[in-house]
Amino acid sequence: MVEMMLLVFTFVLAIFLGLELISKVPSMLHTPLTSGSNAISGITVVGALVAAGTLHDSRFGTILGFVAIVFAMINVVGGYVVTNRMLAMFKSKEKGGQS
Amino acid sequence: MTILINSSYIVASIAFVMGLKWMGRVETARKGNLISALGMTVVVLATLATPGMTYEWIAAGIVIGSVLGAVSAMRVPMTSMPEFVGLYNGFGGLASLLVGWAEYHHNAPVWTVGGAPEGPAPIWFTALACFLTILIGGVTFSGSMVAYCKLAERVIGGKPILYKGQHVVNLGIILVVLLIGAAFAVHPGGQVTYALFAVAIVLSLLLGILITIPIGGADMPVVICLLNSYSGLAGAAAGFVILNPVLIVAGSLVGASGIVLSIIMCKAMNRSFANVLFGGFGATAGSGPSGAHGEAKAASPEEAYYVLEAAGSVVFVPGYGMAVAQAQHVVRELGELIEKNGAEVCYAIHPVAGRMPGHMNVLLAEANVPYEKLVEMDAINPTMNTVDVAIVIGANDVVNPAARDDESSPIYGMPIINVDHARTVYVLKRSMASGFAGIDNPLFFKENTRMIFGDAKATIQALVAEFKAS
Repeated sequence: MVEMMLLVFTFVLAIFLGLELISKVPSMLHTPLTSGSNAISGITVVGALVAAGTLHDSRFGTILGFVAIVFAMINVVGGYVVTNRMLAMFKSKEKGGQS
Repeated sequence: MTILINSSYIVASIAFVMGLKWMGRVETARKGNLISALGMTVVVLATLATPGMTYEWIAAGIVIGSVLGAVSAMRVPMTSMPEFVGLYNGFGGLASLLVGWAEYHHNAPVWTVGGAPEGPAPIWFTALACFLTILIGGVTFSGSMVAYCKLAERVIGGKPILYKGQHVVNLGIILVVLLIGAAFAVHPGGQVTYALFAVAIVLSLLLGILITIPIGGADMPVVICLLNSYSGLAGAAAGFVILNPVLIVAGSLVGASGIVLSIIMCKAMNRSFANVLFGGFGATAGSGPSGAHGEAKAASPEEAYYVLEAAGSVVFVPGYGMAVAQAQHVVRELGELIEKNGAEVCYAIHPVAGRMPGHMNVLLAEANVPYEKLVEMDAINPTMNTVDVAIVIGANDVVNPAARDDESSPIYGMPIINVDHARTVYVLKRSMASGFAGIDNPLFFKENTRMIFGDAKATIQALVAEFKAS
């Protein structure tokens, strides 16, 4: 019961932290930010790992977990790679970005 | 071992927070993304170290998912970025749904036995968290798939799909889902509840489709942000199921950031959240009176060249048309030629130009336009009347003066880039057809506007050739 309340507490605080972090980002960075935070949402892979790796009592549950890992990893890896690709293109003139 | 695992969860949470913070500045953004990815790696490794894990399925899943993710992400062209972000987002939602389902499938038999042992959280709490995970995950998944199809213009086009009584239908589904959720918390185990659970999965998928199809392509930036927010919340809900704080922290950070960005987008269009979600923007427009009369004056690239050659300041206003024509590289080339000719050049970016927030910034960056040359709408508008030439490349609605002058226009009140205040405006467009929002544009008929019909890339290439020939 205590653990549950602590998690609810964490949830509320993290929401406020997120609101603070994002509210002043320049619009130029909105696309990479959307795609980068999208990659973070793949954190659900942890739940998928638990489902595929520890819930042995049913084959069906393991398969659900396995499929969840596949999709979560596409989300995580694809999201980070795409974001990195985008950010790599933002170049400043002073730094010799002109090619 | 538990201490080590929990410590690495704390480290990873810090990495996510720092990552998002650094993503907020151009200079540190790349570092931010990398540290966030590092945090994710730490979380995965720590979870793998949990005692009692078996690895065959896990290893296969990680390899398959990583390869698919990496290969697709390296191949996707920058112009298709919006739909791919939508697609990845949907996959995250689906993963959450499956996690919720797997956990429920695992727990349901235990919950049926009367007086099952209470875990760290009461059964009703875990059951409700499972329920929320599949609900939000399902809506995220099917909603993102619809957004993907709309953006890629597959199966369904970008036009809003409306039908009579849709709000009633949606409300009905939401009510049924809520009832099932309540029944779930009261009586989580048993065959009947499992059947209800399956119904809830189907309904959540249906709901995702139904709330996304009425939203037009012009509003997609908001939808993408909102679905992104949902996918984070689905992850957080999964965190409540398995009682893992790192899912809750990461999920709620994403949930909050998506909501903030959606609100910023809505402000950029001067519309309320509710209006975007329930408005069916653009569905009623198109044929309505918009005061767009007169005759548009066409010009050739040659004529435009002479004006550009004499200009002292030139502003490019890119829109989705530039992305479709893949014209960003020639645009940069033309910009450089004009600069060499002695004129000042900049690129005015409307916050909702394109199909995702900041889409134009990414495309121009891809073409090596230095980001100092990209000017936001609020910075360019006060100086617009000193600009000699504004070149509108495949942007319609974000330069439509009806948003400023015509109270009957569906986009009335939306801040626009005031290109019509420039001395001369060239609009690059395939035809006189209205834009994605389906609204007529009085800009085309203004005294100082010239239309250059044809493919934007071909037109710009012709201008580049003129400059090079001189």
